[in-house]
Amino acid sequence: MTFGCNEKGIQLIRLFSCLFVALFFVSSASHAELRIEITKGVDNAVKVAVVPFAWRGKRRPPIAVDEVISSDLGLSGRFDALPTSQMLSLPNQSSEVLSRDWRMLGVEYLVMGSLEPNGVMVRLRFELYDVLRQTMVASQTIEGLPGELRDMAHHVSDVVFEALTGIEGAFSTQIMYVTALDTEEGRLFRLNIADADGHRVDTILESNEPILSAAWSPDASMITYVSFEQDGRPAIYLHELSTGNRQILTSFAGLNGAPSFSPDGLQLALVLSKDGNPDIYILDLQTRRLRRITRHYGIDTEPSWTPDGEALIFTSNRGGQPQIYQMRLSDFQIQRLTFEGDYNAKASLLKDGSGLIMVHRREGIFHIALLDLNRGRLMVLTETSLDESPSVAPNGSMLIYATQDRGEGILAAVSIDGGVKFNLPSTEGDVREPAWSPKKTKVFAPID
Amino acid sequence: MGMKNVRSLLVLCLAGLILGGCASSEPADSGPDLEPIEQAPDTSSTETSEAAVGPVVENGKIVLPTGDGMGTTEMLNGVFYFDFDQAIVKRAGHEELDKHAEVLASDRYLRVRLEGHADERGTREYNLALGERRANALRAYLVAQGASRSQIEVISYGEEKPANSGHSESAWAQNRRVEIVYR
Repeated sequence: MTFGCNEKGIQLIRLFSCLFVALFFVSSASHAELRIEITKGVDNAVKVAVVPFAWRGKRRPPIAVDEVISSDLGLSGRFDALPTSQMLSLPNQSSEVLSRDWRMLGVEYLVMGSLEPNGVMVRLRFELYDVLRQTMVASQTIEGLPGELRDMAHHVSDVVFEALTGIEGAFSTQIMYVTALDTEEGRLFRLNIADADGHRVDTILESNEPILSAAWSPDASMITYVSFEQDGRPAIYLHELSTGNRQILTSFAGLNGAPSFSPDGLQLALVLSKDGNPDIYILDLQTRRLRRITRHYGIDTEPSWTPDGEALIFTSNRGGQPQIYQMRLSDFQIQRLTFEGDYNAKASLLKDGSGLIMVHRREGIFHIALLDLNRGRLMVLTETSLDESPSVAPNGSMLIYATQDRGEGILAAVSIDGGVKFNLPSTEGDVREPAWSPKKTKVFAPID
Repeated sequence: MGMKNVRSLLVLCLAGLILGGCASSEPADSGPDLEPIEQAPDTSSTETSEAAVGPVVENGKIVLPTGDGMGTTEMLNGVFYFDFDQAIVKRAGHEELDKHAEVLASDRYLRVRLEGHADERGTREYNLALGERRANALRAYLVAQGASRSQIEVISYGEEKPANSGHSESAWAQNRRVEIVYR
């Protein structure tokens, strides 16, 4: 807790970082964290061992970074992490490795390293070692504040994950979600942001009225959401995360819903019914000018942008049932994208444009599905029911969604290829509407 | 919030006493095993010592004198149910809705909020739109029967405020509804 705070010469910056550490512990203790349970991993999970990191300082750090890394890799479903208790030796760099110790245990890769204070900062060195080839695969030295140890650990997980799978890691990202808890004073809604591994829950907003449709700005500095906090009426809010400052963007009579940032972050697609019917509008965040995009007596909702920002994907029941449509913004040309099934909704394009992730009803059950746009093939990715709100990780390899487990709303995740699945049950009421942050929370530049 | 609840509860209890304990006959309170309920007219009547002269708003509901000269009152049912993905006002609810329209037409100062709801199946934003459709359908009916549009506010809560938090067909049937709330 007081790690790094007891060295000589108190500087303001140090005091500040100590405060930061203290505050972080208080806030993370106050709300239930999400737990992750893997329900399906890959068959040929890679066996890794994350050796406890050496600490070359006076006090033990508040967080065991090796445990965080080990947990990250295990939770990805692609790795099988060896428990510390089974390790025969505890090397901190490749020169100390006795390969035989690890080959006996079937360990293919080793992650090892050390931490040491450097002024107000903490310096972390780590190596990724290939046991069979007896070579170093990757190594880095990074620096951060004592309060950023967890971020540094996630950074290591990202580097290891990418080096071994070729896929960018998503451990340094965050998940935003809504919880609904029934209390004696009625329902309590919370908008939370947590690390991708479920730790460090931060409550952004609390209300007795519904909160929904939270979305990130592309640079992850702002969020937008719908809150009914003002006399039970819906309004769309813009909320700056670093300051907590927020403002109402729209609060027209009728629906104010489904806000979605354009890829450049300058515009917001949203749904209003002020003109009599749910239609899609685009709000210019600088000029605050509102432009109506769809005009149809049916329900048009859930707009999302194509990665190039030149078209909107949306849900419409103009054909009698909810289906997915795309509108080109240059000439308002509309094209229907889904034909299979009688309920397709809340769609978004994968970053590479190859597929459409959406809610799809099959035999009366709501699943998350991927429509392969090149082959025109639809794949149902989930086996759960009442699935909704799919949100794809920035690396494009996993998606998180809301589902039901024993009558309670929980979050679950599945890899885009369907190979890895896990649940994130909460101990605190219904959890719903996950939104994966679009980029890493903190980036650590390697030091040479 | 707590204070408000206590007050609401008191009002409810008083209303219950006056009306002979009818306040618990709301369809939303039915157990999850019951069949979906059509508009069950919530019209228990009883004599009271003082004759009510006009409609009275109690805890969001409207209580009317029945006009039988004996001071009897009637609380109008304020919950109307819908089919899945549908926003058509069922014929079974027309009679009760006509009474609401009549009350609104007779007193232009009365204000109502129509709160539209959906069951949990499907996506949240689509369900918000659906809830609004249902409330709009009810508003159109009331306006056609003489209420003024300016008396009616429509708000959709989609699937966010279920009347029954179960996950069965009957729970869903109780959640696909519009509630008329007098202000």
